[in-house]
Amino acid sequence: MEDKSVVAVSVKNLKKYFFPHQNIIESIAQSKKSTPVKAVDDVSFDIYKNEIFALIGESGSGKTTVAKLLMKLMPPTDGDIFFEGKSIVNITKEETAVYRRNTQMIFQDPYASMNPRFTVKNVLKEPLLIHKIKCTEKEAEEKIIKALDDVKIHPAHEFLERYPHMLSGGQRQRIATARTLILEPRFIIADEPVSMIDLSTRAEILHMMKEVQKTLNLSYLYITHDLSTARYFADRIAVMYLGHIVEIGQSDEIIDNTKHPYTKALIAAVPEPVTGNLHKIKELPIKGEIPSMSNIPTGCVFHTRCPYAKTDCAETLPNFVDISSTHKAACFYTESLSK
Amino acid sequence: MSHLLEVKNLSMFYHTSKGRVKAINDISFNMNYGETLGVVGESGCGKTSLGTSLLAMPTPPGHFESGSVILEGENILTMKDDYIRKNIRWAKISMVFQGAMNSLTPVYTIENQMIETLKVHIDMDKISAKNLIAEYLSYVGLSPDVMRRYPHELSGGMKQRVVIATALFLKPKLVILDEPTTALDVIVQAEIINLLKKLKRDFNLSFIFITHDLALESEIADRIAVMYAGKIVEIGSNENIYGSVGAKHPYTQKLLKATPSISKKVEHLEFIEGTPPDLIGDFIGCRFYDRCEKRFDICKTDDPSMKEMSDGHFCACHLV
Repeated sequence: MEDKSVVAVSVKNLKKYFFPHQNIIESIAQSKKSTPVKAVDDVSFDIYKNEIFALIGESGSGKTTVAKLLMKLMPPTDGDIFFEGKSIVNITKEETAVYRRNTQMIFQDPYASMNPRFTVKNVLKEPLLIHKIKCTEKEAEEKIIKALDDVKIHPAHEFLERYPHMLSGGQRQRIATARTLILEPRFIIADEPVSMIDLSTRAEILHMMKEVQKTLNLSYLYITHDLSTARYFADRIAVMYLGHIVEIGQSDEIIDNTKHPYTKALIAAVPEPVTGNLHKIKELPIKGEIPSMSNIPTGCVFHTRCPYAKTDCAETLPNFVDISSTHKAACFYTESLSK
Repeated sequence: MSHLLEVKNLSMFYHTSKGRVKAINDISFNMNYGETLGVVGESGCGKTSLGTSLLAMPTPPGHFESGSVILEGENILTMKDDYIRKNIRWAKISMVFQGAMNSLTPVYTIENQMIETLKVHIDMDKISAKNLIAEYLSYVGLSPDVMRRYPHELSGGMKQRVVIATALFLKPKLVILDEPTTALDVIVQAEIINLLKKLKRDFNLSFIFITHDLALESEIADRIAVMYAGKIVEIGSNENIYGSVGAKHPYTQKLLKATPSISKKVEHLEFIEGTPPDLIGDFIGCRFYDRCEKRFDICKTDDPSMKEMSDGHFCACHLV
């Protein structure tokens, strides 16, 4: 296995602003420019080769926008994305096609991401046709069987003629994974791949994805709101809040040595399967609800909900503080935030 | 003290063109006043069917085959539909459906949809109805201004609170909550759980909390019923299931092992191989036989019955 020091994907100061439509009078008078919705604001991270990197945050934190930018489904407002050292932001159509072969995505809903009129064979053949992979019918079938083997669908040939409705949620998510593997990608983005799957099969799918990652030397971006699966599944975790990364580090560092108050609140909110919490009202170290993206607080984006916030938090955006060589948190008071 | 709810040998089958799907198969349990019963299991095990059955409104083509649902001494399955609609549903038992946040009508204000529920049940003028709505919104931690807003102006957590308030209106004794937090973020989920605990304490409510998340269940349920393939396979107190002695049924044990915990680093999360059995047709042996690691000969031929292991802890397995 190759070492985990080669950078596969590098994101540098990535920004994505959306400009909502102005009303007609404003646009004629040009009195004011509409306030942008800052979905992703100055986000930087590296994903190493053979690494599982988790991006965690509540809905509306901008994690899916990062995935879309990485898939080149929309152009960034500013910043750069590098795949294996080369920028992919301003590349030609042909280069984009090659990039998309190397980067594949697994979607959240295995019930909606597959054409119900396609057999498993057709589902898996589709990427080959789209990317005009030259192969005979027999070679295509061999590829399909191999991809099904990789995701532990046994016996593979029995599944070829089945339709999605004949499969369980877990099997569908395996097929969805097989569909990404058929193009032999090097980087896979998985957007909440197990959130719609039963708990009993969730571990099975994560285990399978990890096996595939190890045997085929892939890098993953795992997007989720679930810290407990991220701890089990990912090597490193980045926590996002309102378009900003607030803490980034090795999974164990993030969870055992939390340094950002937001991460702390997320961890406190996760239920634990133990007896003894039944009669307690859980105290959450967080106030209120997530603010709207079009009205992002000044200074530290988290200060409106932070129980530790002081006056300077409302004025300046804190820079990252190095906790260790791999662990950084964007907070002025990381020192005082003991576990 | 008598029980709030007694379910006796309840069976409810879906009559489909392929045969009868035995979604609820001979289920019995009791519930006390002010108690929360957690119902857990995989999708398709009959959790939601159990919820709708307790309201005497199985989703078509569902039919009751046998058994009774006795609420405060009266069997609701023998009552007339009209009577149930007026005097039982929402008045005594209400339900918060799965994905309830999306069940609000987008073109009605919160006030209008809440008044609609009130109108069906009680004669009330508009001003006192509004006051009542404001009162219940404050119980669930919302300001009365929310009344005039439309659902799209509220966040997921706020919508869920509105739906819970609507379920509490007519002071029911029992509220069935079907996966009330599944679509919500962890922080909002924790807040809703806190809210439910407060409501339970303040109103002496009973809840049936349906979820597939055993970790979540440990925070709210006094007793837990584990369902598998249309049957309750284990039922016991919070301590019985999560405590040091722990769950007895191999299925519950496996489910617990598959539940990730944030405080412990595990190298290998366990999972249950295979899929739940088809509910059309009959079971001869134990329904968990195919997926059970601890099975032996008798399991194949003999369906285990519920055995009491300690006070209030029942388990249907030949091993115990």
